[in-house]
Amino acid sequence: MAFKVATSPHVTHNNQTSKVMLTVLLCAIPGFLAQCYFFGWGTLIQVLLAMITAILCEAFVVKLRKRDIKATLSDNSALLTGLLLGVSIPPLAPWWVIIIGTAFAIIMVKQLYGGLGNNIFNPAMAAYVLLLIAFPVQMTSWVVPNAIAQHPADLLASLQTVFSFGHPDVDWYRLGIDGSSMATPLDTLKIDLSMGLTTSESLTKAVFSSGVGVGWVWVNLGYLIGGLIMLKLRTIRWHIPVGVIAGLGIAATAGYLISPDTHASPIFHLFSGATMLAAFFIATDPVTAATSNRGRILFGVIIGVLVYLIRNFGGYPDAFAFAVLLANLCAPLIDYYIKPRAYGHR
Amino acid sequence: MSSYREIAWQGLWRNNPGLVQLLGLCPLLAVTTTLTNALGLGLATAIVLVFSNILISLVRNYVPKEIRIAVFVMIIAALVTSVQLLVNAYAYGLYLSLGIFLPLIVTNCIIIGRAEAFASRNNPVKAAFDGLMMGTGFTLVLCILGSARELLGQGTLFSGADQLLGPWASSLTIHVIHFDTSFLLAMLPPGAFLGMGLLIALKNVIDAKWPAQQPQAQPTDSHCRVSPTREI
Repeated sequence: MAFKVATSPHVTHNNQTSKVMLTVLLCAIPGFLAQCYFFGWGTLIQVLLAMITAILCEAFVVKLRKRDIKATLSDNSALLTGLLLGVSIPPLAPWWVIIIGTAFAIIMVKQLYGGLGNNIFNPAMAAYVLLLIAFPVQMTSWVVPNAIAQHPADLLASLQTVFSFGHPDVDWYRLGIDGSSMATPLDTLKIDLSMGLTTSESLTKAVFSSGVGVGWVWVNLGYLIGGLIMLKLRTIRWHIPVGVIAGLGIAATAGYLISPDTHASPIFHLFSGATMLAAFFIATDPVTAATSNRGRILFGVIIGVLVYLIRNFGGYPDAFAFAVLLANLCAPLIDYYIKPRAYGHR
Repeated sequence: MSSYREIAWQGLWRNNPGLVQLLGLCPLLAVTTTLTNALGLGLATAIVLVFSNILISLVRNYVPKEIRIAVFVMIIAALVTSVQLLVNAYAYGLYLSLGIFLPLIVTNCIIIGRAEAFASRNNPVKAAFDGLMMGTGFTLVLCILGSARELLGQGTLFSGADQLLGPWASSLTIHVIHFDTSFLLAMLPPGAFLGMGLLIALKNVIDAKWPAQQPQAQPTDSHCRVSPTREI
């Protein structure tokens, strides 16, 4: 009988970067499908464009830096950045918007800082902010959900609109059943509140159904399901998503209790915009988040509260990109002050 | 002693105030939205720099060490006020578009930096040449950044040149490209920071690629240091 003696470490796991990234990509599918169902082919086109651009840019910079192109590309992180940016921007935005954004994310935010693991900011969110600042018109005109659209854009029309050939009438696809153009539910509510309507009055509009935005609920539920699968697979830990949802939920509840006429309900906040996508897929980026468990909770809460504040008092449609970037800035400070106690220390 | 060639090399490339010393970043980033603004501020800074270097070099032997900074600042402030009044009188449009950054040349670190590091220890001719070269280097960086931002932001070059040079110059405006949607970022401060970073990166690439073309002799004189070490 032979005893096989192995040296330490005895506990091994199979968590390669490429597998983690692939799991995250696959877990995003439910939400992605819901988004395609409600907002049409545009989302798919944007994601494909973003992924191709991300791969090309990554290969280009890695070649410039004389590193191993194949090894870098096979970690799938560029694909994930492409996916996150692709689902974040309006589905019918012109093609150059997503290409500029992805190139900025990969070249400037990720590779110039030293590549995967060295970037300070979340590449997809930094690129989103860049696009929002550079092209405010293109970045704030979201399409009407297919369910209530007067003319849902089919594949050809989506391609025509994104690549601007043929004669697409973009405004045509932004009209709802009542023939009026539309902003996202978050935007609509914000504009209505600033015009003196109460929350309940605003929620009777066609873009809402039973207190939340049409389609957005299902998109958020899809990302929630994907996030729960990731938790189950232990791809991500619970601390950051719980922190984000708790921070946003508590802040929204407080606002709603104080003044229900001028603040949306917590359910509205949790199932509108990018909440679930950001809580499970964006904020959990291990590179740019805090590293200790308590720190991660704090990191999540910071994002949640900031999102609530920016959504209510800021001027932009959704707040997650700004909140995530600001929390990224705080991450080193959080790590400095919240250190896990070393074993044996008091 | 340093040769004029060396002074020119230091001011225009090796020790460029914009790209290497990173002095005067505030106006550099704030006013380079168009080539006209950049050129205007660059020229104003260069003029102040040349004359402040000359004056400070002239009085360098009569000013006690202990109060030299105060004297330098007063000389510079007087010069900047003159330039400001001149621009106000002869290029009022430019005066309006440069705004606070014109009087703020007083606080531009390049000027006091060159006064302290070069003019206060060299003769007036050399000091004037140093001011000219440093000013030209700064103006060049401003112009490159300004034209890049103007080109990306609105697709033109020299828009509003008549503000700087008079009515005849309005024909100088070149419409290079026409954008349906302007790239707003290039006009906003983040675009200035990104552009500046890329320019510095470009300079470093050039330095790394062609080291042979640069004069190898390291200057032994302390005039070219960014922060001079001086026994007190």
